[in-house]
Amino acid sequence: MSRLGPGLILALIVGFAFLYLPILTLIAYSFNASRLVTVWGGFSTHWYGALLQNGPLLDAAWLSVRLGFVSATLATVLGTLAALALARHGRFMGRTLFSGMVLAPLVMPEVVTGLSLLLLFVAADVERGFWTVTIAHATFSLGFACIVVQSRLAGFDRSLEEAAQDLGATPFVTFWTVTLPLIWPAVAAAWMLAFTLSLDDLVIASFTTGPGATTLPMRLYSAVKLGVSPEINAACTIMIGAVAVVVIAASLLLKREQLAGS
Amino acid sequence: MSAVASMQRLRRLVVAVPYLWLALFFLTPFAIVLRMAFSQAATALPPYAPHWEGLAQLGEFLSQLDLANFSLLGDDALYWQSYLYSLRVAALTTVFALAIGYPLAYAMASAPARWRGLLLVFVILPFWTSFLIRVYAWIGILRPEGLLDAALGLLGFEGEPLRLLNTETAVLLGMVYSYLPFMVLPLFATLEKLDRGLLEAAADLGATPITAFLTVTLPLSLPGILAGSALVFIPAVGEFVIPDLLGGPDTVMIGKVLWSEFFSNRDWPLASAVAVVLLVVLVLPLVLLQRARLSREMAA
Repeated sequence: MSRLGPGLILALIVGFAFLYLPILTLIAYSFNASRLVTVWGGFSTHWYGALLQNGPLLDAAWLSVRLGFVSATLATVLGTLAALALARHGRFMGRTLFSGMVLAPLVMPEVVTGLSLLLLFVAADVERGFWTVTIAHATFSLGFACIVVQSRLAGFDRSLEEAAQDLGATPFVTFWTVTLPLIWPAVAAAWMLAFTLSLDDLVIASFTTGPGATTLPMRLYSAVKLGVSPEINAACTIMIGAVAVVVIAASLLLKREQLAGS
Repeated sequence: MSAVASMQRLRRLVVAVPYLWLALFFLTPFAIVLRMAFSQAATALPPYAPHWEGLAQLGEFLSQLDLANFSLLGDDALYWQSYLYSLRVAALTTVFALAIGYPLAYAMASAPARWRGLLLVFVILPFWTSFLIRVYAWIGILRPEGLLDAALGLLGFEGEPLRLLNTETAVLLGMVYSYLPFMVLPLFATLEKLDRGLLEAAADLGATPITAFLTVTLPLSLPGILAGSALVFIPAVGEFVIPDLLGGPDTVMIGKVLWSEFFSNRDWPLASAVAVVLLVVLVLPLVLLQRARLSREMAA
C-alpha cells in the first residue's frame, strides 16, 4: 500500500480531532476541582464522590442495566429467529411483509416508534413501567440484531448442517450443536449492540415508561436541561470508560478468534 | 414420518415467533397511529374521540373520523415549515458529514492494512458511547463563556462571546458530530474494496491525480456515498434530542413538534397525524433510492 501523503494525514487528524476533542474535554473537566466549567481549579475526584451519593441517578443506572439486559436478550433471541427465517426458509407466506417489519424499525424515527407503542399500551390498558419499556426496546433493536446474525449466516457452510442431519441429528440438535456454535460471535455482537441501543435510548423510553421507571438517559436528560455540571461530566466519564473497555475487549476477542480460525 | 413432522413444526415456529411479535408490537401500533390520526382530541381519558365501542357501532365510529388534523398540518405554517426545516437540516447535515467523512474514509482506506482495523475501531468507538453524552459535550463547548470562547480568548481573540448555543450552527455541529460514523463506515467499506490498479492505469494513461479521482474513484464510490447519505439523512429528519438540547426557538424540527404536541398539548390525534406525514416524507426518498439502485443493477 502506498504511503500516506500529507493531505491524507491531515484528513485523518482533522477527522479524529473532530470525533474525539469534545469527548476528551468532557472527561478532562470531570476532574476539575472548580464548579465553573471554564475555570481549571486543579485536579480533583470530588465529583465522583458526589456521584456515589446521588441516589436517584444510581437507581436509574441500575434500572437501565437490568432493562438493557432483559431487552437485549429478548431482541437477540427474536432477531436470531428472524435471521434464520429470512436466510433459511426461502419463500413463506408473507415474507415481504415479514422482512419489511424486521427492517422498518431501523429507519423509523424514534418519536414515531415511541408514540405508536405508547398508543398500543394505552389501548391495551396495561400498566406502564419496566416491562413496557423492555418490550419497546426489544422491538426496535430486533432488526439490528437480525442484520448482524444474517450477515454471519450468509457466509456459512451449509454442508455442515446437512452432514449433521444425514448422521441422524434432529433439526433442533443440529441447530444447537452445529449452527449456534458457528454463528455465536454474531449472536454475541448482536446482543451487545441491542444492549447499547437500549442503554442509550431516551426518546422511546420516555414515551413508553410509567411512574417509577426512570431510566438513566431520562435522568441525565433532565439534569442536562438544567445546565452543565461537573457531576454529569463524571457520570458521562464512567459510562465512556465502561463502553471503551467493553468495545476494546470485544474487538481483541474477535481478533483472537479470527487468528484461531485461520 | 414423525421426524419430518417435527421438523415442519420447528420450521414453522422459527418464523411464527418473531412474526407474531412484530405483528403485535410493530404492525398493530402502526394501525393505531393511523386510526388516531383521523380522530379528534377530547377532554377525556384517554384524551381523544371517538372511542371504539365494538362492531355494532362501526358506522357511527367511522362517521366520526375525519381529515381535520391533516388539513391543520397543511394550513398552519408552523407545521409545514417545520417539515421543510427538518429536511433542510437533514440535507445540510448529510452534506457536511460527507465533506468531513469522505476524506477521512479515503485516508483510512489508503492507510497500511495493519492500521486499518484500529482506525475502524476508533471511528466506531464514539458511536458506542451514549448519544446524550456526545450532545452534552457540545453544550459545554458552545455555551456562552464555554470552552470555545475560553479557547478563543487564550488565542488572543478578545471580544464578544460567540453565542453559538441555541442556534442552527449548534444543531448542525451536533448532528454532523453524532451521525459522522454512519457516513464513514459505508464509505470506508466501498473505498477499501476499490481496485488501486485502476488508478495506476489512469495515471499511466496520463490522467492527473485529480482527473483520476473524478473519473475513477468518485464514480466507483457512489454506492458508499448513497448508503452513507441515506444512513445520515433518514434518522436526521426525525431527530429530537439534538435540536431540543442545542437548538433554540428558531430551530423547530418536526420531531420536536411531535413531542410537544404529545407531551405539552396532550393532542394525541394531532401528534399521530404529524407522525403519519413524517413517515410519508421519509418513505419517499427511500423508494427513490431503491429505484435508483434497481436501475443501476439492471444497467450493470
